[in-house]
Amino acid sequence: MIASSDAPAVQTDGLVKRFGDEVAVDGIDLTIPRGGIYGVLGPNGAGKTTAIRMLATLLRPDGGRAEVLGHDVAAEPAVIREKISLTGQFASMDEDLTGIENLVLFGRLQGFTSKGARARGYELLDAFGLTDAAKRQVKKYSGGMRRRLDIASSLLVTPELLFLDEPTTGIDPRSRIQVWDIIRTVVDAGTTVVLTTQYLEEADELADRLVVIDHGKVIAEGTPSQLKSQIGSGALKMRVAEPSDREQAARILGETLGADVVREADPTALSARLSTDSGASAALLALEEAGVAVESFSLGQPNLDEVFLALTGRPQPDGADAAPHAEQMQETAR
Amino acid sequence: MSTETASREAEPQLGRPTDTSVPPESERIRMVLAGSDGRPRRAGPVTASVTYGWRALLKIKHVPEQLFDVTVFPIMMTVMFTYIFGGALAGSVDQYVQWLIPGIFVQTLVMVTMYTGLTLNRDISKGIFDRFRSLPTWRPAQLVGALLGDQVRYVLAGVIILAVGFVMGFRPDGGAVGVVAAFLMLLVFSFSLSWIWTMISLLVRSEQAAMGVSMFILMPLMFASNIFVDPETMPDWLQAAVEVNPVSVVVTTVRELMAGTYDLSSVGLVALCCAVLVAVFGPISMFIYNRKS
Repeated sequence: MIASSDAPAVQTDGLVKRFGDEVAVDGIDLTIPRGGIYGVLGPNGAGKTTAIRMLATLLRPDGGRAEVLGHDVAAEPAVIREKISLTGQFASMDEDLTGIENLVLFGRLQGFTSKGARARGYELLDAFGLTDAAKRQVKKYSGGMRRRLDIASSLLVTPELLFLDEPTTGIDPRSRIQVWDIIRTVVDAGTTVVLTTQYLEEADELADRLVVIDHGKVIAEGTPSQLKSQIGSGALKMRVAEPSDREQAARILGETLGADVVREADPTALSARLSTDSGASAALLALEEAGVAVESFSLGQPNLDEVFLALTGRPQPDGADAAPHAEQMQETAR
Repeated sequence: MSTETASREAEPQLGRPTDTSVPPESERIRMVLAGSDGRPRRAGPVTASVTYGWRALLKIKHVPEQLFDVTVFPIMMTVMFTYIFGGALAGSVDQYVQWLIPGIFVQTLVMVTMYTGLTLNRDISKGIFDRFRSLPTWRPAQLVGALLGDQVRYVLAGVIILAVGFVMGFRPDGGAVGVVAAFLMLLVFSFSLSWIWTMISLLVRSEQAAMGVSMFILMPLMFASNIFVDPETMPDWLQAAVEVNPVSVVVTTVRELMAGTYDLSSVGLVALCCAVLVAVFGPISMFIYNRKS
């Protein structure tokens, strides 16, 4: 305990997992510090879940090493299980049981007495705004309620390290924001959170550091802003007051910035990716001198969609990736 | 970044919510986390198993339809087999009842054991299996507990068969003591046999597959036995198979116990069957359980 308290939350060295011929995790080296939120970002099938399941002692690595809170996953899985909690990708509750019954079940398995488990269960239901649903079967819960109950059961005993596998997949935007708030609170209380996500803006919003995984390999690691700066300093977005001025504005931007200017669907909007951040103020000045009325002009960091495109050479993984595939399936079905 | 972001362009659902009805919850969550008095002592193997058994009972409470197989099904089997085969096989229904009820009793309980495996298979296909396995408990508890919870189902099925049998004229010479002894022994055998279905459920991918494979094993176990008929009329090779079939061993012993003839050697043989089943299929199941991906 004392010896391991200085160890990082997670340390892996050439971690490998194969399923038959397919290499799901292909030599991942990772150091996740204690405290804060660490994001694991990647498209569907990138190997995120497999990596998390190895760290949570559910799968045995086929190669390399992994230490969680200073303990080897292969040698001391039982010690690790005492210190971590896992909220899986699919709601990991018994849907036939009620909310409180689920919490009592997991509380008892964590070592609480019947009475203790019940008391702790109601405390958590209250904190997560689920008291009214305590005696309702989980199958009648909404997606957001399930997620909250799921996370609540991971907190019956405050874990040192909490794994959240795609915590907001498939829930509505409002519930997603609630879950984000819950995650931040848990981190404030001292738990390290490792979360996987395929939503770029979720990683951007929550993670202190993140790793981008694709095809079982690490393709980038760092803070969100480090990753963004890797692909250029930013994106310029502007709108003109009159659509008729847009062409002139596009020409001026192109000349002063030396960048490709994109005409957006909105007839007043333009955008450009910048390789350096110099020139933006000159461009604004040139627009003013030419008498173009500018409605908005902003320079921001690129979003993670753009980061992902730059790192993998493929377009954003979520949604865009799935759609053509679905079409293909229909094709073959005909 | 010299020119700081003038406005983080409106990204509808991505930014922070404008209404602030959510945050008070954070305060309560913070308090609940702070109020955690550290980890309680680890649940022992017995507590963990009993807890999983309790879960099985809760599922019965919430989904009572699942008792169909241990209530209506045994009644149907008993009535059907007695009246269909009774006259032809034993000359009269009355005589066949004395022979058949102990057999049907074993057959039905053995069939019902299969459902434990199906429940496990359903758990595996859902996320709850991962949560169970990430807990710091004695790992076989999930399997042992489910089997213990199922004892309630076996008892229910057994009581119903015996009651129906009694109504149909079954009068065991061994009396209540014999019947209870036979019942207890059968419960132990059912628990032991269930480890086969547990192993199968961990091996196959879907509930249907688990059912199919289990039936494939169950059918010969049930029919190549002395449940329905005396094996004397069967060809030699089949008689040999019937003799080593553990189900036959159990049926013979149940008949003996219910008839009031206590033979320690056949009880011992059943105990040996049970021990072998658990010793072989228990560790195999756990091996697969620990490596399940």
